[in-house]
This record gives sequence, C-alpha cells and structure tokens, in this order.
Amino acid sequence: MKRKDLLSLAPLSVDEITLMLDTADSFKEVTGREIKKVPALRGKTVVNLFFEPSTRTRTSFELAAKRLSADVINFAPSSSSVVKGETLLDTARNIEAMQADIIVLRHSSAGAAETLAHGVKSSVINAGDGWHEHPTQALLDLYTIRQRGMSFRGLRVAIVGDVSHSRVARSNIYALVKLGAEVRLVGPPTMMPWGVEKLGTKVYSNMDEGLRDVNVIMMLRLQLERQGRAQFPSIREYSRLYGLTAERVRLADSAAIVMHPGPINRGVEIAPDVADSLSSVILDQVANGVAVRMGILYLMSGANA
Amino acid sequence: MNQPSDRKDEKLIMDVGDIARALTRIAHEILERNKGVKDLALVGIRTGGVYLAHRLAKRIHGIEGVQIPIGELDITLYRDDLALRKNQPILRKTSVPFDMADKVVVLVDDVLFTGRTIRAAMDGLMDLGRPEEIQLAVLVDRGHRQLPIKANYIGKNLPTAREEQVQVLLEEDGENDRVVILRAG
Repeated sequence: MKRKDLLSLAPLSVDEITLMLDTADSFKEVTGREIKKVPALRGKTVVNLFFEPSTRTRTSFELAAKRLSADVINFAPSSSSVVKGETLLDTARNIEAMQADIIVLRHSSAGAAETLAHGVKSSVINAGDGWHEHPTQALLDLYTIRQRGMSFRGLRVAIVGDVSHSRVARSNIYALVKLGAEVRLVGPPTMMPWGVEKLGTKVYSNMDEGLRDVNVIMMLRLQLERQGRAQFPSIREYSRLYGLTAERVRLADSAAIVMHPGPINRGVEIAPDVADSLSSVILDQVANGVAVRMGILYLMSGANA
Repeated sequence: MNQPSDRKDEKLIMDVGDIARALTRIAHEILERNKGVKDLALVGIRTGGVYLAHRLAKRIHGIEGVQIPIGELDITLYRDDLALRKNQPILRKTSVPFDMADKVVVLVDDVLFTGRTIRAAMDGLMDLGRPEEIQLAVLVDRGHRQLPIKANYIGKNLPTAREEQVQVLLEEDGENDRVVILRAG
C-alpha cells in the first residue's frame, strides 16, 4: 500500500480495495482466535480523534488497534469548543507532537480529514467527515457482502434513505460502482443529491420498484438528530414510504441480504422483524468492522517507517 | 545432478530426485524420533513450508497409513522488521484447524537462514495454543544464524556466502522442483 492516508474511497483503484478486503480476511482469522492479539503494531501509537460523538466506530477502531498491540489514546474535544480549520490542525499538531503514528479522525466538516492529512506527518484515517465519506464503513460493508459469497460484478444493490446526508452512502457508491455493481438509490427526491446519476447510479423514488430483484438492501439511518425534518412531512409518512418491511424484502432476490450501518431506528427505517430476520447481516457488519479496521491500520502503519 | 538449470545465473544444488529423497528421509526421521504418529502434527510456514508439509504428510501416510493434521502459518504479523518497513508485506491466511495442546508440532520451512522466521513462527504458534513440543524440519540449512535456533531435521546442509540467495522452487508454484543458489549481479 503506497498511501499514507485513507481519506476517501473515490480515488482508490479496484486493486487497492481488493487488497484491503483480502487483508481484512486474514485479520478475520485473528479475531476468531482464543488469543485475539498479534504483535504487528507493537510500539505504534494510534489516536482516535473524534470531534463528533460516536461510540460504535470509536470502539471498533480502539479494539482493532489494541488487537494489533498498538497503544491507543482516545481524544474527544468537545465539539462546541472547536471551530474547524485552524483549531483542528492545532489540535492535531499537539497530538502529533506526542508521536502519534496514526490519527483516526471523525469530524462534522467534509474535507476535515484531507486538511489534516496535508498538515501532519502521521497517517490519517477518515472515520467520517461531514456528509463526505466514511470509507472504513463502506469497506466493512463490502467485506460483509463478499463474505456472503457474492461477487460485485453485476451485483444489484439498493441504498435506501437519506442519500444526500449520508457519508456511508457516498463511500459505498464510489466503491460499488468501481467494482462493477449496479447501484440503485432509493428515497424521496428531497434526499437525493443533485446529479447523483452521474456517478453511475439509478435513482428510484418508489421503494417497491427500487427493491425489485436486488441482491443487497442497504438501509441508511434516518438521522433524526442531525438535519431536522425539512426533507419529509412526518416520520410516519417516511416510514410508510421508505421503511423496510418483511413484505418489501420479498420483492428482492430470495437470497438478498439486509444491511444497516447502525444504530438502527427500529420501526422507522427498518421494521423490527426485518432487523432480526435471517437475511439481516447487521451484526455481521459490526463484527467484520474490527477485522476490516485492523487490516487498514496494518496497511497504513508502514507509511512513516 | 546432471539436469541443466533453467537459468544461467543459478547454480543447481538439489534436483527433483534429491528433494524427493531428502523428504522421504525426513519423514522417516520424524517418525523414528517421535516413535510413530501419535500426537504428531505438521505446520508449514507460508508458502514453501506449506507445500513441503503436505508432501511430508503424504509420505508419513504412505509409511504409517495415518493422515496427520496439517496447519498453515503466516508469520507476517510476527516479523521483527515490521516497524522498519515502508510497504507492509501482503498478509496471507493462518489456518491451524486442530488443537495443539499435547501435540508435537513439527514446523516445516524451505530454507533455514538467520532463524528470524522461525522465531516469529514459534511466537505465532504459541498465540494459537500450547503445543507439547515444537520441532523444526527444513529442506535446506544455509547457515548464518542470527538467533540460537537449530533444526531437528535437515534435508541438506548448504554452506553459503551471506549475500548469496538460496531459492527452493517447487512444482506447487508451477516450477520444476529444485534448489538453486542465485549469484548476485
């Protein structure tokens, strides 16, 4: 891996994505052992710099780094005290002065990871920047799909929900299109970014049409806390039009899997019986997240040698 | 050793027959030393050692009529030079699908050189379980140890200069079975 940072999936080649998935596969074996720890990153320091609250992603990165024997520091400046740009870089330089090898950054501004990567020598891994990208989440989604024995070429994937505010969706779109999948975006027109068809996707405002014969249903979280309710009249209406029910799952391929990046809003974007059904791989995604992040930390760890 | 080498800059050390005979002898030595196949297992070090472990297991099956368990070990994560490398080596999979407790595990590798790979392999094995005993079988021992490590079973002792390269080429990789020294330059 020739890269110092993992900021976005958009510029990665198919070979690079495949290498990351293959590497994750080796770490999946490690996470299945009785002693789930290897000495690969002994003596390295990983800093989780989270400007937005996130338990799941931070814990996943923390566990991944610890299982590689790295030292981990969690740094969570309160988001109110931070006003982008300068302050972000200053914070990061302070962390760098403590000799961090890898900085894992979560930030509410798109491009924050990119800015940071230019400003510091440490490797930077983007753990979500605004509405831009969340590359490690998409990689673990891809890994979970591949784990189910599906190949990407010709795979029909429906991404359902608020695409325009979803960094998870954006990373998945870039990667899936690159890998040759047919990507359908399903949601109300108010939640579709302008010109998203140009990325090689098809847009459906009717969920039943969008789900027909798909192999993968990727639900997005309705971020009730984030963007208010300007895009739809009521949660009930949204849920009726774009909630995933067992009847709707039946429109998809009979072996289709249901994914969700979590945390799920039960009864809003996904019905409880669907979330708990056999076709749901939501908990596999969480489990695979650690192996995928171990792989990425491993691949990035050589950059500053 | 009258089979011509494939390339000009390589010197043939063992040919297909030499390798086969050495492995047969090692299989017998393993059985003799351990008094049969009871609690015996082989673990090959990726990638050459894995092929050799399978060949040894086949011979042991031929002699004793028993298929002994085989594991495959990738030592990458245990290398002592990981922190120094710019490009991390490609990871392959480790698979030891049996319980090592109370087993005599024979590590198998193609070339024994500095001993660092074997150190890494032993650490890797210990993380996977607690074998009763670890032994080491190699096709070629070329000397220049940097750690106090010694093989129990050796196909061929090969005195070399430090800068020379010893390669074990095997049919499983689409080569003609042979061991060669590559001349530098």
